[in-house]
Amino acid sequence: MLKTLGAHIREYKKASILTPIFMILEVLFEMIIPFLMASIIDKGIEAGNMGHIYKVGAFMVVAAFLGLLAGLLGGRYGAIASAGFAKNVRKAMYDNIQTFSFSNIDKFSTSGLVTRLTTDVTNLQNAYQMILRMCMRAPASLICAMCMAFYTNIRIASIYLIAVFLLGIVLFIIIKITMKYFNQVFKKYDKLNESVQENVSAIRVVKAYAREGHEKEKFDTAGGNIYKMFVKAESLIALNSPIMQFTVYTCILLISWIGANMIVGSSLTTGELTALLSYCMNILMSLMMLSMIFVMITLSIASAERIVEVLDEKADITNPENPVLEVTDGSVVFDHVNFRYKKDAEDYVLKDINLDIHTGETVGILGGTGSAKSSLVNLISRLYDVTDGQVKVGGRDVREYDIEVLRDEVSVVLQKNVLFSGTVLENLRWGDKNATREECIHACELACADEFISKMKDGYDTYIEQGGSNVSGGQKQRICIARALLKKPKILILDDSTSAVDTATDAKIRKAFAEEIPGTTKFIIAQRISSIEHCDRIIVMEDGMVDGFGTHKELLENNEIYHDIYESQMSGSGDFDEPGKE
Amino acid sequence: MPEQNSKPIKGPGRRGPMGPKPKIKNPGKLFVRLMKYILRYYTPHCIVVVACIIATVLSSVQGTMFIQTLIDDYIEPMTRSQNLDFGPLAERMFRVAVFYAVGVVTAYIQSRVMVNVSQGTLLRLREEMFSKMESLPIKYFDTHSHGDIMSMYTNDIDTLRQMISQSIPQFINSLITVVSVLACMMVLSVPLTVLTLVMVGVVMYLTKKLAGLSGSYFVAQQKDIGELNGYIEEMISGQKVVKVFCHEEESKEHFSEKNEKLYESAYQANQFANMLGPINAQVGNISYVFCAIAGGLLALNGVFDFTIGKLVSFLNFNRSFNMPISQISQQLNAVVMALAGADRIFALMDEQPETDDGYVELVNARENHDGTLTECEERTGIWAWKHFHKEENTTTYQRLEGEVVFDHVDFGYNDEKIILHDIEMYAKPGQKIAFVGATGAGKTTITNLINRFYDIQDGKIRYDGINVNKIKKKDLRQSLGVVLQDTHLFTGTVEENIRYGKLNASHEEVVNASKLANAHSFIKRLPDGYNTMLTGDGASLSQGQRQLLAIARAAIADPPALILDEATSSIDTRTEKLVQQGMDRLMGGRTTFVIAHRLSTVRNSDCIMVLEDGRIIERGTHDELIDRQGKYYQLYTGKTASDLV
Repeated sequence: MLKTLGAHIREYKKASILTPIFMILEVLFEMIIPFLMASIIDKGIEAGNMGHIYKVGAFMVVAAFLGLLAGLLGGRYGAIASAGFAKNVRKAMYDNIQTFSFSNIDKFSTSGLVTRLTTDVTNLQNAYQMILRMCMRAPASLICAMCMAFYTNIRIASIYLIAVFLLGIVLFIIIKITMKYFNQVFKKYDKLNESVQENVSAIRVVKAYAREGHEKEKFDTAGGNIYKMFVKAESLIALNSPIMQFTVYTCILLISWIGANMIVGSSLTTGELTALLSYCMNILMSLMMLSMIFVMITLSIASAERIVEVLDEKADITNPENPVLEVTDGSVVFDHVNFRYKKDAEDYVLKDINLDIHTGETVGILGGTGSAKSSLVNLISRLYDVTDGQVKVGGRDVREYDIEVLRDEVSVVLQKNVLFSGTVLENLRWGDKNATREECIHACELACADEFISKMKDGYDTYIEQGGSNVSGGQKQRICIARALLKKPKILILDDSTSAVDTATDAKIRKAFAEEIPGTTKFIIAQRISSIEHCDRIIVMEDGMVDGFGTHKELLENNEIYHDIYESQMSGSGDFDEPGKE
Repeated sequence: MPEQNSKPIKGPGRRGPMGPKPKIKNPGKLFVRLMKYILRYYTPHCIVVVACIIATVLSSVQGTMFIQTLIDDYIEPMTRSQNLDFGPLAERMFRVAVFYAVGVVTAYIQSRVMVNVSQGTLLRLREEMFSKMESLPIKYFDTHSHGDIMSMYTNDIDTLRQMISQSIPQFINSLITVVSVLACMMVLSVPLTVLTLVMVGVVMYLTKKLAGLSGSYFVAQQKDIGELNGYIEEMISGQKVVKVFCHEEESKEHFSEKNEKLYESAYQANQFANMLGPINAQVGNISYVFCAIAGGLLALNGVFDFTIGKLVSFLNFNRSFNMPISQISQQLNAVVMALAGADRIFALMDEQPETDDGYVELVNARENHDGTLTECEERTGIWAWKHFHKEENTTTYQRLEGEVVFDHVDFGYNDEKIILHDIEMYAKPGQKIAFVGATGAGKTTITNLINRFYDIQDGKIRYDGINVNKIKKKDLRQSLGVVLQDTHLFTGTVEENIRYGKLNASHEEVVNASKLANAHSFIKRLPDGYNTMLTGDGASLSQGQRQLLAIARAAIADPPALILDEATSSIDTRTEKLVQQGMDRLMGGRTTFVIAHRLSTVRNSDCIMVLEDGRIIERGTHDELIDRQGKYYQLYTGKTASDLV
């Protein structure tokens, strides 16, 4: 994990090295001060030497200012290093995500990826800064103070060594145990919040069944348990500061007693005693700081792990070595295709699919939700790879093509389609960067999108909000179709892309397709028979298998499922709210 | 394609410690309210805590003062007099040790008691929030995003925990330390104290300057983070489209630009924030040095009675004075942060709960020989509305029949925009009423009025002749079974989910309800049958199976009346038939309002209401409406639409 992340420090290596160096320098200058103080007391005050006080005093001021300078520089480089590291990690993740195939994306889920790119990177950035600035400073401060203490007086310094050792062990044990508790309690806590979430989204069910009281009871029980666990965990943490104080106080008392004895016995000076007292505080404060850092790092490890998962993820669809750069025609062949989304999935999503589709043919696909219609067409542009068998486009296995070439020729209008924030034109030009305004308008005319775009206030320069929230579902679908058309593909796939378009417009779009792009192979997935009955051939999908393949007439005669759906839809049942369905 | 979360749950934006301060209208008042909230149950605890903090601070201060005594009264005289009697020192140190011990004990008591105070307060807060939330009208959930509501339970509660358990006690600690240390310093040397205070002033001035400087950078950073995160969210949500259009390179480029911009502002902002630490520490050191020099001179010349012991003690105080001062400002910041959260939480608590002035109750009843009804405990299949008449102090029972009347009902989600106009409707007991019409015509809204999810603007809705406003909401809703279009399941076993309809149902009842709903056969095939755990809104089940469970859940409640919202999404043909059958069985003999999408449902209805733009434009049986050749006829035959083809 460290290796993966470390590789992204790159140009910020200098800053990453300078930060701890300056932090250590700051510590060193700080440590000199008590030492000089001892000299002021012993050689200045006790000896009545004013000049010495001035001289050493001046040194102390210089040391403090140098410390300040080192601290400021450390802060600056720390900021550069951590912000830069975060930038690099974020970029590396984003770039890697761009290579992800659909199944990689499915694995992480959209929201998972967003959290990793945002919150987790921020956590990592903070942790990195903490490590650079504090991880060096605290141990350095501990070691320096310890050395100075030993230099001043070995006997007393050994008291510190013992204290540090004992306190270190106790703190470590407390942290270990509480971390365990906290992990448990946080899991429970997440569960509790999940149940709140559930209540928020299912509030209508709760209220419809008048179950408010029941939910409250459930919540109170869970909340009560969490309370008990939190109290247990935090009670242990409550020991931290008294233990710390106990150690400090014991040290002070011991030093005072032994120190008094030694001064009286002339083996220690008053100045040295004060220096030792200062170092005592320094040592124990750094120890406390170390334990805090330890906790912080443990907490950010989870974030780091999630980030590394994304960085280490290998795209499972990559370009072949010598890719074919041209798709000759729009024929599609499915040859004994089996497909499942995950290798360890029990059932195949698609089972033994054999299809032979000619260039320029219009193919309708019908079937219930979960009958794997989308899965079928997603294989054509290699959004997923087949598990067995092969899919051929233009007579060649799709895995032989350069992916970009293939996807430019096989244009898919996805079921869950999105528009991006930007003008209508900008969105359309996703299909073809260099498309002229006229070409864009023509594509929109084909997709019946021009009729409403031209009526908009800013026409083709109308700004589309994120997710296309300022156009209706039907309008969004039509812009998406136009965008796909701009690719001038050899194969066009519409995955339930006109579900929110009214029947009349739907028919117009189909007519335009037939007249304007007759050479393009078209796949149309639809719920409504009326959308596909005019297709050259229709595939009926059921449960991942092809249940029927033929013309409308043929299927009506000898395919039971098709017949059933036709009966129920054509005899008028259909969907009563068809036209407005978003 | 596998089902996946298309909507990323908007993570409530993390508010960094140096982010722009949230605006609160009246922080003082809010703080007082929060304190009152804590003190309501924990006044004695808090008194103990404050007392303990004082004791802890004093114990530490007396220790520092002791060093002066140690040097001036014991070590110095002893080195000079050659009188090596350590007896008095030992005695004195024993006293110090005792005080120290007290300090350690009080420190523990303080933190331990604080655990109970903070966790206890949070427990109570969570419970009250949840219970308040459950009592709020549906409107609240319409107007507040789920993400915002959730962030109160997570982020806001967490910042409050920080504040109650750490910031406030530390703040009190710092305050008491500053005061007592200041007092001790005054006792030791007034001129040095003045010097120390001047240096503190310098630190505060610098801090303020820096905070102003970094503030503007933090605003910039916040803006850049917002932009970058927005971009990430948009692009990752549309990542599949990016792939399909091979738009990866452009996407990377734009990302890089925004990423660079964030880096610039982030490092600038952090750089200034990082300066605060060294400045605090090193100016503190400089203050220490100045005091050391000045003190050294004073001690050397014996001015103001100044001694080495006093100097050492003073220098220690100087150290312990700087730290709490810089802490106080940090803690104040944390408190302000937490108050923003408290503000949102209290806003939730102040929300108006659903009003429920109803007094008519729904009870199980038994019919007497003379036809009158008597209330009883057990389920008899007969329900009665129980009226209590205040004036006469009598109770009457009226049999629940299931008659629902809409009398000139107007409704809008707010007063300005009325979306249902003058709805007139009459459902006789046992009748099946179907609503048809385009999305947005107001079908779902009408059904939401029957069980009073929303209150109407004008007109009356009567249930068995009783104005629904007079019926207790809980009883009204229990008399109406609901199967919503979106099935929501709860984390728990399948059996628990079905039992949601009737909490004390036996296993047999659960099985019977499942059989009626056609759910039994698939449940039996689940890995643990009825004990299969469902999580994440029943994510492991198919859409159809979830619907079957929802029907079973309604069936076990065995309500006299039903509201059904048929799902639009098509499920595979076999399950669809099962769902249809289950629904039909459920509807048998009950007054049913159904938002219909299927022909068979509509055809079997006693009365069909055709809605358009919030008005009932046609009503009647299937045959009547077909004869009329109006909107229903259009919808039914699809004539106008297909004419164009």
